[in-house]
Amino acid sequence: MATRKRDIPEINAGSMADIAFLLLVFFLVTTTMDIPTGLQVALPPITEEPPENTKQKQREVLEVLVNANDQLLVEKNLMSIDKLRQKTIDHLTNEGKDPTLSSTSTAAIVSLKNDRGTSYDMYVQVYNELTAAYNIVRDDYSMAKFGKLYSKLDPLFGPDKEKIKEVKAKYPKKLSEAEPVNSGAE
Amino acid sequence: MAKFKKDGGRGLPAINTSALPDIVFMLLFFFMVATKMRDKEMKVRTQLPQASEVEKLEKKSRLHYIFVGPPLDERFGSTPRIQLDDAFATVDDIQQYITLKNSEKDEKEVPYMTTSLKADKVVKMGIVTDIKQELREVNALKLSYTASKSVD
Repeated sequence: MATRKRDIPEINAGSMADIAFLLLVFFLVTTTMDIPTGLQVALPPITEEPPENTKQKQREVLEVLVNANDQLLVEKNLMSIDKLRQKTIDHLTNEGKDPTLSSTSTAAIVSLKNDRGTSYDMYVQVYNELTAAYNIVRDDYSMAKFGKLYSKLDPLFGPDKEKIKEVKAKYPKKLSEAEPVNSGAE
Repeated sequence: MAKFKKDGGRGLPAINTSALPDIVFMLLFFFMVATKMRDKEMKVRTQLPQASEVEKLEKKSRLHYIFVGPPLDERFGSTPRIQLDDAFATVDDIQQYITLKNSEKDEKEVPYMTTSLKADKVVKMGIVTDIKQELREVNALKLSYTASKSVD
């Protein structure tokens, strides 16, 4: 038997690119690259004992109320949403100057109350403004004290931990949410 | 002059495309790795509200999802409904759902679980408040109002 050395014919790889392209397009289309983002909230745990009945002084509390018609009431006055941020900042950084606002930043409380008929969109916007106010006063304080924005402090980096703690102690996020009322139709 | 013309002006040499499949494959692998298939079929519309102070959520594996919004299928009406996984649910199902999902996780991870609430703009706060109350009942205290970053 004579063995003939036969060449293996070369595989035509010309369509390889086409196949790969097809797969590529499929993955391109199905990819969702959205990173989930949101406003972080820490809900209060349910406690058996009744809430502390320490009557908060009127001046320490900034009362924010959103009714079923998505209208904003701040300290019983109608206000547009774009003024809420500045009002909250004023309240937090008052330090006793204005007798209607907080006496010190550590005692300042923001009370948010909404109606069951308030739209979620409005609620998120109000919550966003309040969060923004806290972020701004914390940033300002941190910048003046440590020369670095609060939002830029790294909680995993040793020396920054203390700074974060201090800023948080100065401007504690006391954002209380009352049980919603049900006045408007849902 | 004629001499030059004769030499030049020939057709361009064919571009070597033998490296093209390699490049395409590289891109392909990138997208294959980066892709996370949409694993839930949306039954409700969730047009997210916008906010400027949003924070990134750290890990997708540490999230529970609750969807609230008007049903996409008009036969179910337009009243906002809750969707857990692939099915409609009621407020009463939330506790059980969270407990079940937590039991699938490592015990150490449970305190870090965040609930991502994806609610449509038109949803009223009544239903959201009920959900918050249920979450407090099961001690799932980390909540995130999922919102898209507003550009301003």
